[in-house]
Amino acid sequence: MTLVQTHLSTDPAAPLARRNPVAKLAAALIPSLVLLVSVDPVSSALLLTAWLLSVPAWGVGWPGLLRRLWPLGLAVVMVALGNAVFTARKGGATLLEAGPLLITTESLATGATAGLRVAAIALPGVLAVLTIDPVDLADSLVRHLRVPARFAYGSLAAFRLAPLLAAEWEVLGRARRARGLGGDRNPLRALTVLGGRLFALLVGAVRRGTHLAVAMDARGFAASARRTCARRPAFGRADAALLAASALLTALAVAAALATGAWSPVLS
Amino acid sequence: MTVSDGGAAIRVRGFGWRYAGRKAWACRGVDLDIAAGERVLLVGPSGAGKSTLLRAVAGLLDPETAAEHEGSVLVDGVPAAAARDRVGMLLQDPEASLVMSRSGDDVAFGLENAAVPAEEIWPRVDEALARVGFRHGRERPTSALSGGEQQRLALAGALVRRPSVLVLDEPTANLDPAGTTTVLSAVGSALTGAATTLLLVEHRVDAAAGLVDRVVVLEPGGGVADDGPPAEVFGRRGAALAAAGVWVPAPWGPAAPLFRPGPGGDVLLTARGLSLTYPHTRRPALSAASLSVRRGTAVAVTGPNGSGKSTLAMLLAGLLPPDEGSVRLGGSERPLHRWRPRDLCRRVGTVFQDPEHQFVTRTARDELLVGPRRAGVAADAAARRADELLERLRLTRLAGANPFTLSGGEKRRLSVAAVLATAPDLLVMDEPTFGQDARTWAELLELCVGLREGGTAIVAVTHDEAFAGALADSRVTVAGGVLAADAEVRS
Repeated sequence: MTLVQTHLSTDPAAPLARRNPVAKLAAALIPSLVLLVSVDPVSSALLLTAWLLSVPAWGVGWPGLLRRLWPLGLAVVMVALGNAVFTARKGGATLLEAGPLLITTESLATGATAGLRVAAIALPGVLAVLTIDPVDLADSLVRHLRVPARFAYGSLAAFRLAPLLAAEWEVLGRARRARGLGGDRNPLRALTVLGGRLFALLVGAVRRGTHLAVAMDARGFAASARRTCARRPAFGRADAALLAASALLTALAVAAALATGAWSPVLS
Repeated sequence: MTVSDGGAAIRVRGFGWRYAGRKAWACRGVDLDIAAGERVLLVGPSGAGKSTLLRAVAGLLDPETAAEHEGSVLVDGVPAAAARDRVGMLLQDPEASLVMSRSGDDVAFGLENAAVPAEEIWPRVDEALARVGFRHGRERPTSALSGGEQQRLALAGALVRRPSVLVLDEPTANLDPAGTTTVLSAVGSALTGAATTLLLVEHRVDAAAGLVDRVVVLEPGGGVADDGPPAEVFGRRGAALAAAGVWVPAPWGPAAPLFRPGPGGDVLLTARGLSLTYPHTRRPALSAASLSVRRGTAVAVTGPNGSGKSTLAMLLAGLLPPDEGSVRLGGSERPLHRWRPRDLCRRVGTVFQDPEHQFVTRTARDELLVGPRRAGVAADAAARRADELLERLRLTRLAGANPFTLSGGEKRRLSVAAVLATAPDLLVMDEPTFGQDARTWAELLELCVGLREGGTAIVAVTHDEAFAGALADSRVTVAGGVLAADAEVRS
C-alpha cells in the first residue's frame, strides 16, 4: 500500500523507494523551495532532468508513471500556454497574431520556463508520495519529527477507511436511483439529492470512525502514555545521502543559473 | 506455552446504563457472576443491552456518554475501566477494527500501545498468528483479506495482549457462512487449553453454542432472566426466546420452514450476455450472464463472496450499466439501465444489503411516500398504501421516527416497505436476511411468499440457505463472475 491508492505497481525494494519517508519528503521539498524563488529555465531544466534520470531508482515503471501523470502533463502544458499568451514580455519575432492574441519567441520562452518550473516542482513530490507507505510515514513522523503518536496513528487508521468511503459513495448513488431519485433537469433538485447522498456518506463515516475508535481503545491506544514501535524506522547513511544529493543538486542548479545569468528571483 | 496469565472473574452488580439522549435504559438491574475461565454466551432479544454489557466489561463505556448509570462491573475485583489491559475485545465490523495496512503490523499495534519492548513484539505476534491459524504471513495487506480472515487477524490482535477475559461482540455479524465458520473455529482452537474467560454475544446462537458452557439470558430492562448450561436454558426457554427473535439452535428451536412454490407466469425480465469489469480491475466482475425471470416466481442467486452475485443483482435491477449485453423488462425495448429513475422505481424495487443506504428522508412514513411521489401516484392513494404497509410491517408506532435511529430489524422492515410502496413488478434483494433476528427473518419470508402469490417476481441474492430453500423456485449459482448453473424450475 502506498500513500495514494493508485493501482500502480511499484517495486518497494528499489534503492530510492526503500528510503526513509521523511528523507524522501525532505529531498523532494529542497529543490521546490529554490524553484519557488526563481523563475529561470536553467535551474528548472537541470533539476527536472536530474529527477527524470532518477525515476528508475524509485521502482516506478515509466509506462505506469506516464499513465498516472497525464493530469500533471496537462497542467504543465496549460501553464506554459497561459504564460505564453498573458506574459508582458512580448519581444522577439512574432509567431502568431490574431486580434488580442499575440505570441512571440520571447513570450513562448517565458511560457516554456513556467511549464518547466511546474514540472520540476511536482515530479519529486509525486515520486516521493507514490513510493511512501503510510505506516512507515507515521512511524517516521513519530520517531524523527516527534509528531504525537495519537495524531499520527489516528490519522493512519482514518486513512485506511478512505477506499471504503469511495465504494460506499457508489452504492449510495445506486440506492438513490433505485428509490427513483436523480435524473432531474432541475438543478436545485439535483443538488438536494447530492446533499442527501453526502449526508448519508457522512453518517456512515462517523459511525465507522466511532467503531474504529472503540476498536483502537480496546487495544490500549487511548490508555497508552508511553508506547514502543515494533518497526524501527531507521534514518541511515543512505537516507542522509539522499538528502545530501538533493541539496547538492539544488545548489548546482542555482550555481549554473547564476553563472549563465539566467537567475531571476520572483520578488525583485 | 504461556498463552495468557490466567482467566479473570467478572462480577456485575445492579448494573444499569442509559445513553445520553435516550429515554430507555440500554440495560438495567443486571447481576451476574462469571468465574475465571468460564465460557459464557449472552442471549436475548434485540434491545436487551447485550452489547452495552459487553462494553462495560471491556471498560469501554465512557461515563460522559451516559445520561445515567448505576451499579458496578468488576474484573478480578477491579473496576472494569481500570482493568482494560486485562480484557481483549473483538467487534462486529472487521473493516472498522484494523488499524494498519500490513497484517503483522496490525497485530503488533496492541503490544506497541502496551509499551512492550520491540524485540519481544515479533515473537509474540507470530505466536498469536499461529494460535488463530492465520497463514498469510505478516506482510499480507489487510485490505487483501476476506472478511473472515480480517476478523481472524483482529482476533490475533486481541489475543496477542494475553487478555484474561476475551469479549466478542457479534464477531460474525458481517460475515458470510464461510467466514463465520472460519472465525468461530479460530476462537475455539485459540481458547483450547487456555484459562481465558470468554464472554460472547453471537447472533447465530446455533453456530456459537458449541464454544460455551453457560448461557445467560438478558431481558430488555429486566436484567438476567435465565442462566445455566445451554441445554437446560434452551430446553426451558427455547420457545419463548424463538418468539422474541433469538435464533435458538436445534433441537430446541422451531423447524426450518418448508418450500412453497410460486404460481408462476409470463417472462418478466430477460438478461442477455451481461458482462461488466469495474474500473481499475483486470478480471471481469461478471461475464456473459444470461437469465430470465418469470412473474410469480422467486430466483435465489448464491455463490461465495466476491463471485459477482451483487453485481448481477445491480445489473438486473437496472442500477449499473453493463459493458456488454442488456436487461429488458416486460415488453420495453429500452435497456433497464437507461430508464429514468422515476420510471424504474415504479417497476423494479431494490432492497440493499445495508438498509441505511436506501434512506432518503427524515421520518419512516416519508420513506414510503418518496417512491410513489416520484412515480406520479396520487397523494391520497400513496398515503393509504403507506399506512397499510406500515401496519403490515409493524412500523405504525415508528411512523414519525428518524429511519437512522431504528433498530436493525426495524430498519430492514422499513427498507422493504419503502420499496413496496410503488408496488413494483420485480423485487431485487441483496442479502435481505443478513444479520436479522429470527422473527424479522420469518416475516420477510412470509412477505415474499405473499408478494409472489400476487404475481411479483423476486430475485434474492443470498448466503442464507434456509431462506433460499424455503423461497426459491429456481437457483442460480455464480462463481468467479460466471453463472455456473441455471437450475430447472422446481415443482
